[in-house]
Amino acid sequence: MKTLNIRIIITLIVIAFSIYFIYPTIQYYTLSDAQKEFMPKEKLRELKKKSINLGLDLQGGMYLVLHVETPKNANLNEKNDIVERTTFVIKNRIDNLGIAEPIVQKIGSERIMVQLPGVLDRERAREIIGRTAQLEFRLLAEPQILEATINRIDRYLSGENDTIRDTTKIDTLLKNKPFSSLLVNYGGDLAISEELIDSVKKILNREDIKNLIPKGYSFFFGNLESAGNIKFRKLFLLRDKADLTGAYLINAVATVGGDQFNPNAPVVSLEFNPRGAMIFANITSSNVGKRLAIVLDSFVYSAPQIREAILGGRAQITGIQSMQEAKDLANILKAGALPAPVRILEERSVGPTLGKDSIEKGTKSIIFGYLFVLIFMMFYYRLGGLITVTIQALNFLIILAILSILGATLTLPGMAGLILTVGFAIDANVLIFERMREEMRNGKDFISAIEYGYKNASRAIWDTKILHFLAALVLTFFGSGPIKGFAVILAIGVATSLFTAVFVSRLIFDILVYKFNVKYIPI
Amino acid sequence: MGWIDLFANANYDFMGKRRIFYVIYILLIIFSIFVIFLKGINFGIDFTGGNLVQISTKNSDISKVRSALLQLNLKDVSVQNFGQEKDYIIRYSSEIDAQIVVNKLKEILNDEIILQRAEKVGPTIGSELRRQALILSIIAIGLILFYIWIRFDFYFGLGTILALIIDVIMVLGLYSLFQLEFSTITVAAILTIIGYDVNDSVIIADRIREFLKKYEGLKIESSKLIEIYNKGINSTLSRTIITSLSTLIVVVALLLFGGPVLYGFSFILFWGIIFGTLSSIFIVSAIALDLKIRKKV
Repeated sequence: MKTLNIRIIITLIVIAFSIYFIYPTIQYYTLSDAQKEFMPKEKLRELKKKSINLGLDLQGGMYLVLHVETPKNANLNEKNDIVERTTFVIKNRIDNLGIAEPIVQKIGSERIMVQLPGVLDRERAREIIGRTAQLEFRLLAEPQILEATINRIDRYLSGENDTIRDTTKIDTLLKNKPFSSLLVNYGGDLAISEELIDSVKKILNREDIKNLIPKGYSFFFGNLESAGNIKFRKLFLLRDKADLTGAYLINAVATVGGDQFNPNAPVVSLEFNPRGAMIFANITSSNVGKRLAIVLDSFVYSAPQIREAILGGRAQITGIQSMQEAKDLANILKAGALPAPVRILEERSVGPTLGKDSIEKGTKSIIFGYLFVLIFMMFYYRLGGLITVTIQALNFLIILAILSILGATLTLPGMAGLILTVGFAIDANVLIFERMREEMRNGKDFISAIEYGYKNASRAIWDTKILHFLAALVLTFFGSGPIKGFAVILAIGVATSLFTAVFVSRLIFDILVYKFNVKYIPI
Repeated sequence: MGWIDLFANANYDFMGKRRIFYVIYILLIIFSIFVIFLKGINFGIDFTGGNLVQISTKNSDISKVRSALLQLNLKDVSVQNFGQEKDYIIRYSSEIDAQIVVNKLKEILNDEIILQRAEKVGPTIGSELRRQALILSIIAIGLILFYIWIRFDFYFGLGTILALIIDVIMVLGLYSLFQLEFSTITVAAILTIIGYDVNDSVIIADRIREFLKKYEGLKIESSKLIEIYNKGINSTLSRTIITSLSTLIVVVALLLFGGPVLYGFSFILFWGIIFGTLSSIFIVSAIALDLKIRKKV
């Protein structure tokens, strides 16, 4: 056996490499929280990078697939550019949140995948990611124009009601003022209570009603506000032309401030670049006394009166409910508006308890699966069975090492894949042992039975492994996260199984026979 | 030799009785298709779109949860026990966030409720996944047919693919019978089975070809062919069964300890492996034999 030493060296090298690559994973996952705290951030990140990632189904977290709603008339290049910029903005927004190891990735042509490990406030995460954050400053219509418009709508609608008077009983107020009766005056502005908002929207969205609104103006709703138990939105008539947008913003900070009535309200202070400051100065100086609305994603946050020209390029968003919201808003505005709105196509969130539970279940399955095979193989192939199943422990090691190198993710189906791989790997040993038994039945001694057993079984082994690999390969194209983790492990497992179940098991037999002069191993 | 050698001297006349097995198989297929049409496949939200919420409660039983859910007016709502006794999976198709549902349940049931998992799949993703699953299954089956065809012969290839399709239909029949949820992980199991199902067929085919080599160029009578096929099956019977058992035993561990998330997956693998072993003998070899006999005569 000239090649024996070379084979021993190859095996040892593989083991050494596997241990080398798996070591960071062991190191990382055995660190206590206190140790993590103590470690330099840089070093911890380095370690994490080198170790196997746990899938969101195991560590808990949020997985999102977003669709970027690019304009229909954009060409392919433009679309691509929009999606890329959107990905970039979302990445920036998430980076400011301080979540460990978030992933934001463009997938396909117009989708973005976001993974947020550990995040539990789903609503907040969705808000931060999905909010377009289109900031605009628009002048309000003069009060006379607003009044005239409302009256026109009232007259139009009551004329319409005349025609249906016979069938419905409408009281006079509603008959004469069908639109304005839905509105109330709140601090000089029009307001609509929450339950009536839908009816107002329905009226304002009618094509014939839109014709009654003066050219160059549109209705906008305010933020949801509350007074006592009543929730309401204000209604504004704003100019269509946005005078200044968030594109000129250079900074946004959450602080407290607000107006004289509410000095401790959370606000977001905005700072514009020189060009933005100039535009702002122009608007404010030529419109003193008028009101300027701060509109975010088509909702009016506030509409203060311009008292004097503002020259420093600073402004404030008020009307924010909480400091948390102010902080998130500042973060979003700083990261910039999304170049196109996004829609959530798929969301999967797993809580940390369920994740821990899954890790436990996966580990248990692996341990018991391994024990079951061990007992079964020891029973049927005695010492030979014991040796081959023991070698399969090496299979785990090598697969995990390869996962570390690839920076792959271990999921619950992946854990199932690990133990299945061992089950599939043992197939090869069964084929070999059966051949060996056959050779011995035909009168060969143990040593030549090894030789012929391995040789004759190899064809069937390759056939089955190639077929497994084909199926696993096809599966890697299917679906998302967890399933891919399974398919990748299955595919890697085919290769590693050939090494452990054929190469290494043969090596162990040869070592026993040629180095230790063992004449027979019960199989 | 061999210490326990269950099938060392096996000599069963599988091929002589193949017509009986055809009949049994045809009945099983009809039954499976009947079940699938009658009970349908319980597609999960991965394929239909909608919401799935997994919750843990302290002391609410399923009827309480169900009546509480009815008050919420959710569309297509269903609730089922999941894993632990007081853990539930709720599915619905309304556009309401999981957290809101959980908050309302907390109020109505006056119980501690933990949101364990929330999934929401839009209809686009669902139809995409359905198409993807179908296309990939066809590609996998095609690749396997191609491999067996060039490695062995077309007859074995055809027999293998027919057996594969039959096995998948039967597994799906059982899946439908128990109304387990069909999700992406189920598809993963089916594709794995497609790769594994042919294992035993390949081992048998390999052996039969070895025996047939002696007769290369000669005309073989059909009784001789039957004998050769039987010999091929019997001499590989031990490895066919033991390889399946060694894998099956791992799957049993997954069934026992893998928890509810992996249950459907393990279920498919379990029955798939069993059906695969049986069909390698009763379908693949038998059909290859019949095709061969027809060609020779």
